[in-house]
Order: sequence, then C-alpha cells, then structure tokens
Amino acid sequence: MDVIGKSVIRKEAADKVTGRAKYTNDFQSIEMLSCKMVISPYGHAKIVNIDTSKAWKVPGVIAIIAGKRYPLTGEAIRDRPPIAVDKVRYHGEPVALVVAETPSQAKTAADLIKVQYELLPVVNSPAQAFQKDAPLVHERLGEYKLEADSYPVPGTNIATHYKIRKGNMEKGWSESETVVEASFSFAPSDHAAMETRCATAEIVPDGNIMITTSSQAPFMVKRLIADYFGEDMGKIIVRTPLVGGAYGGKASVQLEVLAYLASKEVGGRPVKLLNTREEDIITSACHIGLDATVKLGVDRSGKIRAAEIRYLWDGGAYSDKAVDVSRSGAVDCTGPYDVENLWCDSYCMYTNHPYAAPFRGFSHSELSFAIERTMDLLAQKLNMDPFELRYINAIQPGDTTPTRVKLNKSNVGNLRKCIEKVKELFKWEEGAIKEIDDRFIRVKGVSCSWKTSTIDTDAPSGVILTFNRDGSINLMSGVVEIGTGTKTILAQILAERMRMDVDNIHVRMEVDTQTTPEHWKTVASRGTFMGGRAVLRAAEDAINQLKEIAACALRAPKDDLEVANSRVFLRDDPSIGLHFKDICYGFKYPNGQTIGQQVIGRGSYILRHLTHLDPETGAGKPGPEWTVAAYGVEIEFDKRDYTYRLIKACTVVDVGNVMNEKAAEGQVMGAMSMGLAFAGRETFYFDELGRVLNPQLRTYRPLRYGENPEYLVGFVKTPQLDGPYGARGLGEHGLMGMPGALGNALSIASGVSLHHLPLIPELIWRAKEAVK
Amino acid sequence: MRRREGEETVASRTITLNINGEERNVMVRNADTLLYTLRGKLGLSGSKPGCLNGDCGACTVNVDGWPMKSCLMLAVEAEGKKVMTIEGLRNAPIQQAFVKEFAFQCGYCTPGFIMNCHALLEQHPNADDKTIKEWLESNICRCTSYIEIEKAVKSVLRGHSGGS
Amino acid sequence: MLPFDFEYYRPETLKEAVERYQFLEHQGKQPTYFSGGTELITLGRINLAYADAVIDMKEIAECNMKEFNGDHLVLGSALSLTQIEEANPFPLLTSVASEVADHTARGKITLGGNICAQIFYREAVLPFLLADSQVIIVGPEGIRNVQINEIFQEHLRLKKGELLVQTVTDRRFIGAPFFAKKRRQQWDTGYPLITVAALKIGQEIRLAISGLCPFPFRSEEMEVYINRWGQSLEARIDGALSVLPKSILDDVEGSADYRIFVLRNLLMDALQALG
Repeated sequence: MDVIGKSVIRKEAADKVTGRAKYTNDFQSIEMLSCKMVISPYGHAKIVNIDTSKAWKVPGVIAIIAGKRYPLTGEAIRDRPPIAVDKVRYHGEPVALVVAETPSQAKTAADLIKVQYELLPVVNSPAQAFQKDAPLVHERLGEYKLEADSYPVPGTNIATHYKIRKGNMEKGWSESETVVEASFSFAPSDHAAMETRCATAEIVPDGNIMITTSSQAPFMVKRLIADYFGEDMGKIIVRTPLVGGAYGGKASVQLEVLAYLASKEVGGRPVKLLNTREEDIITSACHIGLDATVKLGVDRSGKIRAAEIRYLWDGGAYSDKAVDVSRSGAVDCTGPYDVENLWCDSYCMYTNHPYAAPFRGFSHSELSFAIERTMDLLAQKLNMDPFELRYINAIQPGDTTPTRVKLNKSNVGNLRKCIEKVKELFKWEEGAIKEIDDRFIRVKGVSCSWKTSTIDTDAPSGVILTFNRDGSINLMSGVVEIGTGTKTILAQILAERMRMDVDNIHVRMEVDTQTTPEHWKTVASRGTFMGGRAVLRAAEDAINQLKEIAACALRAPKDDLEVANSRVFLRDDPSIGLHFKDICYGFKYPNGQTIGQQVIGRGSYILRHLTHLDPETGAGKPGPEWTVAAYGVEIEFDKRDYTYRLIKACTVVDVGNVMNEKAAEGQVMGAMSMGLAFAGRETFYFDELGRVLNPQLRTYRPLRYGENPEYLVGFVKTPQLDGPYGARGLGEHGLMGMPGALGNALSIASGVSLHHLPLIPELIWRAKEAVK
Repeated sequence: MRRREGEETVASRTITLNINGEERNVMVRNADTLLYTLRGKLGLSGSKPGCLNGDCGACTVNVDGWPMKSCLMLAVEAEGKKVMTIEGLRNAPIQQAFVKEFAFQCGYCTPGFIMNCHALLEQHPNADDKTIKEWLESNICRCTSYIEIEKAVKSVLRGHSGGS
Repeated sequence: MLPFDFEYYRPETLKEAVERYQFLEHQGKQPTYFSGGTELITLGRINLAYADAVIDMKEIAECNMKEFNGDHLVLGSALSLTQIEEANPFPLLTSVASEVADHTARGKITLGGNICAQIFYREAVLPFLLADSQVIIVGPEGIRNVQINEIFQEHLRLKKGELLVQTVTDRRFIGAPFFAKKRRQQWDTGYPLITVAALKIGQEIRLAISGLCPFPFRSEEMEVYINRWGQSLEARIDGALSVLPKSILDDVEGSADYRIFVLRNLLMDALQALG
C-alpha cells in the first residue's frame, strides 16, 4: 500500500494555519440581517404574556417573531415548536426572534422584549420523570406525529421505551453464583465545540431557499425543512463549509429552521443567526444524561450468566435525537461481553433540561460508565484481575449481540487482542497500585467498550469524480469536514485505488446539497466506511471509462490494461500507455477526431441488511459491524485532599486498518481528551428551577493544555471485510472507555465505590464522608 | 429609522488602527470590541469568536507583541498599538509545525492558538515547560489532545528537541 | 457584543480623569473608570454591567507606575497582571496574580480592575491586605492615602467618583516568607474553591483568603489562633476555623462543608510551609 496508512498532510492544512479557512459565520455580506433569540430563563413555565412594544422602537429592528404557531418539529417525535408557544420546557428555549440590521441592534431589542412567566413544577432528572406522579413535560404526547421505531407512552414522561429480551432470565440467575447490582447517574453536559452553531438563510425570488449552516447533516436540513413546512425539497439548497468541531452536537437541526423562519418573516432577505456561547450550551442540543441500574450475575468461573439493565436517559425537554441515542444504548447495552440471558429496558425520558443531541460515542461512553464500574465491582467481589474478568467474557465471533446479531470474524473486532495490547502498553504486569508515599498513590483503572453504528437502514453515501484537463481528479463527497480529516482520507483511498499521487487529487471541502451527492450525515464514525466505499465504486467506474477510451486508442483489449501513476498502460509493457490528461476528456486523434467522452466517475453505497428492531424483544440488525476497544487510565491520587492528576491514558482499538497514521492517533487521543474532561469535570449544574448555572466556558470547563495526561495509543488490525481497505469506525472509540476507566481507578484509589460523574474531588470527599 | 455605521456620534467615531503593519481607518462604536472590528469592519475573519468572554482564546491576536484576546479589548483601546492577526503571519515556523504535527483538527481554535504560540516564541524563545503551560492554557482546543500542540511548539522553541 | 453605547475618554492626568467623571455625572450620565475593562465587556454583554461613559485610565502615568520609591514599592492600578508577573517586584503578588483567569487574559486584567472587581474573588488584593499596604486614591476631594486594611472591607470602599491609583507596599513585607495556594474544583482551570495567601513577618503569620466567602478577607481573629505557637497544628487550625466569617459560599464550585475541608488542609500546608 502506497498511500493508505501514511500520515498524508490534510488537504485543508494551509488554510487552517493561516486563518483563511472559512466557517459559516465567516461569510458575511452587507445586506445580511442579524437575528437574535430571546430565550427562556426558566426550566418549566407558562408563557403568560410577551410584550414586544419597546423592542420595536429600537432603531434597525425589522421583524419580531413571538407567540406564533408553526408546525411542530423533531426527528423521531414531532414534539418541538421551533419557537415556544404556551409554555417553555427548558432553560434556554427560544421564545422570540428579533431580526435587525446589525447584531447589536438585534441584541438591544431582544433584551427589551418582556416575557411574563408563571412557574410550573420542574422535572429535574430522568428518575424523577419516571415516577408515577411526576409533572408532565408534554401533556399531549399522544397527539404527536411519529417516525417508525419510536414508542412514546402518553400520560407519562416516557418518550420511548426500547426492550431487549434475550435468553431465559430465570435460567441465567439460577446459574449465577455471584451477583452485583449498582446504580449510576450523571447530569447532561455539552459538546462545547469551539465554533458555536450558526445558520444563515435567504429565500430568493425564484423560490430557492439558500441555507448555510455549521452542520453535520446538511442533507437532513434539506429533508426536514421540506417536510416540516411543505417546501419543495429541490428548492432548498444547503451549504456547509468547514465545521469548527461537532462531536455529534451539530447533527441536530435547529438554528437552520429558525433562520429560515426569520428570513421568511422579512421577505426572504438574508438573515444570520449565530449562537452566543451561552446559547450554544443551553439553547442548542446538549450531551445526554443518564440514570442507570445494572445487575450482573456470574458463575463460578466468572462467566456472565445474566444481566438486567435499566437505562433512564435524560432526553431533555424534546425527544429529537435522544430517542435514537436510547435505542443505541439498548442495542449495545451490555458492553462488549457475551451475555446469553439478558433483560434491558432503555427509556428515553422527558425532563425540563436542555434537549439532547448525539454525542461522540452515541450512548456508549455513558452506558460504559455504568457497565464498566459494575464489572469492576464484580471483579472485586470475585477477587479477580479486572482485565481477566473482561477477557473471559469478551465478545467473540460466534456470540450473539443483545439484538441477536450473530457475530463473525469480520463484523466484530478482536477484543481479547485489544486487552492484551493494553496490558503491554500500560505495563499492567507492574500492578494496578503503586504507593508513592503515605499520602500519594498511583492507580490504574481499566475498561472495555464496543460500538456499532445504528444509522438509518437506507442511509446513503455518494461520490462524484471529475477530471481536470491535466489528468488530476476532483473528489466530491457529501461527507462534511468537521475536523476528522475524512476528506483527506477519502483522497487517500482514491489515490490508493488509482495507484496515483494523492497530490493530484483535489478535494472539494464544502458541501452543497444541490451539487454534492448525498452523504446521510457525517456522524457515527461512518465517514470513512461509507464514503470510502462510495469512493472505491466511483474509482472503479472512472477506471472502467478510462480503460475503455484507452483500449480504443491503444488498440488493445480492455482487460490487458492497468492503471497507475495517472496513466493507463499495457500490463506487459507499461511504456505503452496514455496519461489521464490524454483520455479523461476523450482521446483526440492527430486529425482532430475524438473518441470517448468526459470521464465522470460515480459511486454510491448503502449499508446492507440493516433492519428495524422488534418492539417486544429488540431482535434485529441495527448496524454493520462492532468496533471494540480496551482502555487504561492511570492517576496519581492524594489520599488527604482527594485530588488527583491524570498520568496516563491508553486506548487500544481494533480499527481494521489504519488509513492515516497521525490522523488516526489524533482522533483517538483527542477523543480520550474529551472523554476525560467529560468524566472528570464537565457537567451541567441545575438549580431547582431547572436552570443551568454554568453556561459559560469559565464555569463549564473543557480540558486545558497541561491538564492532559500522557497518551498511549495502540491499534489492532482485524480487517472488516466490507470496509474500504478493511477499515472500521474510529472517531468515537477513544472517548468511550474513559469515564469507566477513570471511575475505576479513582474507586480503587479512594477505597469507595464512585457512582456519579463528573469525578471531582468533592464527589470523592462526599463518598468518603458517607462511609465514615 | 436607520442608523448604520458611518455616522459620527458621541458613541462612535473613526479611528486608525495599525493592523499587520498597515494603517487602517475604520469607523467603530466605542463599545465595539477589537474582535468585532477585525471581523466585521476589516474583513479579517481569521480571529474567531468562541465565547466573547475571554475564556476560550480563539480570538487571540498579538498587540505590541503580546497575546491579547481580541474579544476583551475595545477597538478604541487598540489605537496607537501594533496589532497582528493570523492574517499577518506568513510562513512562520509555528504554522509549519502545526501542519507537520497534526496540531489541529477542526481548525477553529488554530488561529488563536498559533498567535499565542507566536507571541510566546517572541517573548520567551527559551521557554521551559512551566512557561509553555502557563501561556498555552489560555486557549481551548476541543479536538486535539494538546500533545500535538506541545510537539509543534517545542519543535520551534530553542532548547527543545521537538518531542515531549 | 455590548448592547449599549458609551462615550469614551482617555485622559492623561488624574485631574482630568476626576473632572471628566464629575462632569459626566453632572450631566446625568453613568460614567465608569476603566482600566482593563474586562468586566465591563464581559458582564455588559449579559446585562450585568452598564455604563454610558467610559474613562480609560491607561494613559495616566501614575496608574502605570511600577517602581521602588525608597523603601516602598509603588504599583499603578492600570498595570496588567502580566506586567506585574513579568517584572516580579513582589513575589507573593506574582504568585497570587498568576493564578487569576489565564495568562492571556491577565495581559488585559489590571491590578486595579481585579481589586475593584464586581466578581467577588478579587484575589490580587490578598497580598496587599497581608502587607499592610497603603492605597492612593484620587477623587473629587483630591488625593488621599489610606491603609488598605481600613478601606478594604469585603470590597474597596471608594466614594463616588473616586479611583484607585496605586498601592504602596513597604519593602520589608516584600521579601518576607510567604505561602500562596489556589485550589479549584478540579485540576488547574477555573475560579478558586479556596485561595489562601499567608505571609510570615518575624514570628507572626498573617492569613488572607479568597473563595471562602463572597468577598476576600484577612482575618486577624484567625491569625490569633494560627499564631498560638505552643499548640499543635490541629488545635491552631481548629481555633482559626472556629472564627470564620458567617457567609461561607455554597455554590457550583463547591459546597460550604467541602470548602471548609479544603481550607483546613490548605491551612495545614501553609503552617507547615511557614514553620
């Protein structure tokens, strides 16, 4: 392999280090108006009155939208008014929009809109939401329009209930000698991408609706706006330039709808809506919270015989993507272990919290915290090495998943190899605990994870290749460049297949739904897999066309031709051949006659054999393959203060194949960094009114330079036979094991079992005080 | 009533800013931040808004050779000072180092990070680990692990071999 | 994005600044002195601060002083915390100041701005409280020189139109052994959970704290207990903790009980460090 695996410099590198890379908010024109939201200051309240009279007097104000009823929006369940009417259901919910000439005018006017509220009782956790007498977040849950695969329960706060019923529970428990049960919980948190979400909209006189948005799902924006408001889908043109970090948070569709409504209100003039950081944290979709109870039973040898699991996901005020997250949580509910007898209830709950978007790992970092902490409790009770317990229960080819997919050598990675490699990298043989002195101790905690990507069963990815007259190729894919470098990797895949210099491949960074073939959404670590497969097919198509023209020009049979170095040539005599530049627009004979035509390669891909899940048992095929990983986190713990430093974090993931080494390591290390921040510090703090008390980056704190540990990354390469060059998903896995591994390390170090996130010193102090 | 920029009032006026070595006349509100002025009035969109609160560092520029969060400075305060934005930095070693070490992913924090690194290299070309940390903890990068950035910075600092 | 407009003045003398303030006030305006201005910009953005006229003090020579005048260190209120750190004329101040916000922000945050801040940590005041510094204040009634421990009661009690110009600190306190430690909710970023600063003058330990109460303070009552040298460390600390102010913070950074736990350990460290 010439290009695959190499640390090819990213195609957009020069733009990004010179400040010339453009993101949605960087596009500004003189005629563009500014839109500002008025947001709810409360978690749950009736809107009694909205007074816009003072706001209208602010110079430059062109429109104010408040109290207007629009069609309900939402993905699995249409439960969300784009702008709140009657009542607000979360702190930060949009209540009104102001459109003005400048941002400061819009802000001044928005501040002058006086909304009168009447407070309603607040549902402040999914466990509270689940109680019989809990206040209802949605009184008319039974009347909402639904997508397939969502099962709301009217009269409750249950947005959806997924069930996994596998094997025989009675048998499982009777075979279990040791049983542990534990509960875990954590509040919602945030993605905190550095680029706050932004959308612009303009409706031009011919009816085209032009939207530019910082989104992972521009094609979804098009479909949803058409669907919500009855617009012609072909008239909606969504453009997405570079995106400044997403992590799942930009897969939700929200600001695009508001910008569209604002533009409509001002006769189609261009309008920009840019989240402030505070709005980005609370108004737009956040990272889901969870209340979990896990009960595991093992036989004498440590093999899991039974598992009973309940997940109450904090979907927030609107179900949006939280329904899918809850479904994904059910699908992989056990973690990467073989469990024959399994009972799992995964509930997507409504609360009065900001609503949830996907978050890197899509339910897996969250459920892993519960599962992996329980695994450690079990190991402790069995007096067994925690890796050993995981090793003997590791999921393997021949086992079935919770939804009864039979695993084989290709559709699941090799977890045991991952565990072995982590042990080596992490010097496990030196022991998990090292006393430094009577106050400080170094402790290693471990965990494992797995994940399949539960995406729509008909999710497409498409690629178009066009040629320039010098024989270089333009690659157009609907994958959004959100920072993962996938566009560069697609170029590498193309270069590898065409056996050509990757520098002669030009990548279109921007996505435009009118001219770029659809890639469903840039989520779920599917960019390389699906986009890569589409690239391979497009390459095949282009090669075929090039060979056809060359065969004619060279008067040689097509199947005697090879392609490499931007040439088509005879297999047995490479000196006889033609450069792409001489054939990619047809071959022209000296007399001017031309044969063939412009070569345009096309390729597309849809995952095969995915199905819906059976509503009663969960049986079905939710995703194409399972990537597995094993982890370790080492901390230095202060037994007096309960403070700690992160020393090392290690991930070994079975990636199938490495496409771009530095990019792959960067993905894994960056994900670990985000996972440690989520595990160790990031959370929303709510008050009794459901208000988020820390909606700024000085109070909501991602990891900073120097707080990070040393990172160790290892790869196992069990090829996924369907993946491009064997590759599996990669972008999320570094994150998923961090909360579990950190929680395990700290539980060992402190001598108390820790059940909540974030793992701040005060939490440990509190747990210690409780057992004093 | 329209009240576009261009009208001198007690709250706005034309100022001269020295940006990337050029004198630029620009009409600002006194209340406009340097960041807003750079992006909205001068078309220099390399400095990024991330919080408008001095927390994230994405808008970092150099003012008289020191890092400055341009969201924390009024444009009128920058009069008489030398402002350098990412657009003024061409082929600096730190830019090359960021490319080579994969020290960015989404790229949004990158201009601010680079401007902070650049000032550090100018002010403390022999910076030790403690100084590097003290300076660089002013910026948030949400994509990378910071190890890549550490490698990039150390590869252009004197006295470091390029690794961590 | 500030949702309000203001007039902007950059006087070059103290007299001009004070007169400008009086004039604007007389006109019915809400003027404010501005040095780093980070609070006006960040709190103004979310409607927690307001001014319709701003008097920028950065051009006033007195506010930029950074020199020893005989046995006294004079520091101007418009010096940025970074300038103070880089020059390092007062190691305890450097140590405390270098934990405020972050390095780049400290290039904008000024000494005066931090001491007079609306956000209640105001950590930069701690060293001056410990060192019995003087503050030079100018106002409509002219210049006055006051003991910081008299005028700083929870916050700097300036009269309307007054402005902090300088701090003046006796050299003998500057070289004294000190302890300064900021503990945060987690790791190295964020507001203080507790910041303890201590200075040892001869055989006497002085103690000032930020983050425990909604104001920074130096407690002479606590110092009495801390300095009972005949007693065990634990007894001295117990005594000090028995005379804490009433209003212990209980917020998202940490509960009141946990803050006391942290404080106890920090006091232990301080006393051990200062012998």
